[in-house]
Amino acid sequence: MAKPPRRRFAGMREGGWQALPFLAPALFLTFFGLIVPVIWTAAMSFNRTRGLNFGTEWIGLDNYERLLTRDSRFLNRDEFPWSGALVNNIRWLIIYPALCLILGLITAVLATRVTYERAFKAIIFVPMAISAVAVGVIWLLVFSPDPEIGIVNAVIDGAGGSPVSWLGRADLVNYALILAYVWASTGFVMIVLSAALKGISQEVIEAARTDGATEWDIFRRIQLPLLSLPIAVVTVWMIINVIKIFDIVYIMTKGGPGGASRVIAYSFYVETFENGKGGYGATVAVVMILLIIPVMIWQIKRFRSEAVVS
Amino acid sequence: MTTAAETERIAVKERESASTRIVAMLGKAPVHIALIVLAVIWLVPTVGLLVTSFRPRPDIASSGWWTAFANFDFTLKNYDLVLNANKMAPSFVNSAIIAIPSTLLPLFIGSLAAYAFSWIKFPFRDTIFLALIALMVVPIQSALVPILIEFQDLGEFLTGQKNLLTGWYWGIWIAHTVFALPFCIFLLRNFFITLPRDLIEAARVDGASNWKIFRSIVIPLSVPALASFAIFQFLWVWNDLLMALVFIQESDQWPMTIRISQLLSTYGVEFHLLSAGAFLLMAVPLLVFFALQRYFVQGLLAGSVK
Repeated sequence: MAKPPRRRFAGMREGGWQALPFLAPALFLTFFGLIVPVIWTAAMSFNRTRGLNFGTEWIGLDNYERLLTRDSRFLNRDEFPWSGALVNNIRWLIIYPALCLILGLITAVLATRVTYERAFKAIIFVPMAISAVAVGVIWLLVFSPDPEIGIVNAVIDGAGGSPVSWLGRADLVNYALILAYVWASTGFVMIVLSAALKGISQEVIEAARTDGATEWDIFRRIQLPLLSLPIAVVTVWMIINVIKIFDIVYIMTKGGPGGASRVIAYSFYVETFENGKGGYGATVAVVMILLIIPVMIWQIKRFRSEAVVS
Repeated sequence: MTTAAETERIAVKERESASTRIVAMLGKAPVHIALIVLAVIWLVPTVGLLVTSFRPRPDIASSGWWTAFANFDFTLKNYDLVLNANKMAPSFVNSAIIAIPSTLLPLFIGSLAAYAFSWIKFPFRDTIFLALIALMVVPIQSALVPILIEFQDLGEFLTGQKNLLTGWYWGIWIAHTVFALPFCIFLLRNFFITLPRDLIEAARVDGASNWKIFRSIVIPLSVPALASFAIFQFLWVWNDLLMALVFIQESDQWPMTIRISQLLSTYGVEFHLLSAGAFLLMAVPLLVFFALQRYFVQGLLAGSVK
């Protein structure tokens, strides 16, 4: 971290105690509401608990052993390809950011070339404002297995195919859920990338055009390299989202059929609140923390390098 | 910059005849087609739900919503049913009761802390701020159960009733505040430090206290940042399902998100209820979006770190 020059504080000779009344409420809440609970959750994961009580019985790493080797709904390695909530979540981690980035890039780049840019962007962006619960309901309708209700199956039916139960088939359900969520998030990626594109000097692009560069050259050699930081930022945002993904799965499939669309956060919810296994649920929560730690480190490094902390 | 190049470019533009402009427009045709296709794909799901919410129940089951305009038959009965018989109206009020304090509390507590991080020097300031940045991405699931236990213990300690905090809205207000604080402090602090240093130091020289500077200089100058956070947080809470599932235990306090998930598990996939319910849930966010688009987008852009 770049050390700030001391004279920045020349006018701040007051003692640090003056900060206390300003900080106390926030630090009190953060300490007892976040730091203590996270450590507590980590401790719970080494216990077998009944209900939500803490520390009923110390069982060491048993919860972890069971979660990673004997819980087929969390991680099933008996047959290839592996399945279970963890594998589903990894599927989400790869497909969802990739699709959002591709669609976000396409929409951002194309939108700048037309006069109705604002209206178009608003249409793509609106789903960002609405609850995942509403997104879930919207896509339950889109994916309805009945071709008289769901438009996807109506199109398939019209083309002479037979209707597909998108949310009822274990091999399709995860992709259907991911598509619904991509629809909801692409607007955000588009807005971030479009703001970055606007920051690129028009003179540079014009100059390249006069030098005979094609539109593709301009995108590939000028715009894309300058987009690498915003792309990294939105990708991290999507990764954080996906590790926590819960609402849309809860609404659209309740993890079904037969647990085929469970994700980590869904397993946490079921184990903790429906099965009443606080310790086992805590173990799932620790897996979530472990997945988020690299993101945390990236975040801190970025803010330090940007000298946001002065 | 170079006027010669500028005049040259204008001259070139003037030389473009009408025909070249038409050719250029035709060249853009693939772009227009792609954009229109994308816009339609993005609109169809929402429009389908909106149309469905106004159709009579038998129609929904027997024909697709896209046929609705051919045999014109719309009704408000679904909204009546879901608002009254299925208690979406009280849930709408509950959503507001939950969301407004859950926005104002972190806004107040967070702006105080952000002021300290920006304009008061104290030991370990940078370290604590970095810790807050790290806490911003902690998944709420990793703290939910201990918070619930803390609330129960605190309730028992204060009044002998375990559900003091979770039996009413206190629990969810505090929980939302806790999870919002790191991001709130981060966002506001980054705005506060951009305020002119001279202004604040002049106030100090005049003997203004920190509270006075905070209240009469920093807050009035930071309305855009405060609004961005408030809108982001309000919609976050309004749209939230998980926290409500955990911290709202009485059914007459359910917000709309839980009410809809309950409709699903009670009646199954009944689109006449679900579509009307979902639109009631979406109404406020959509209004906020169209009325305050600028703040909304700014809040979300800043929120990309959360």
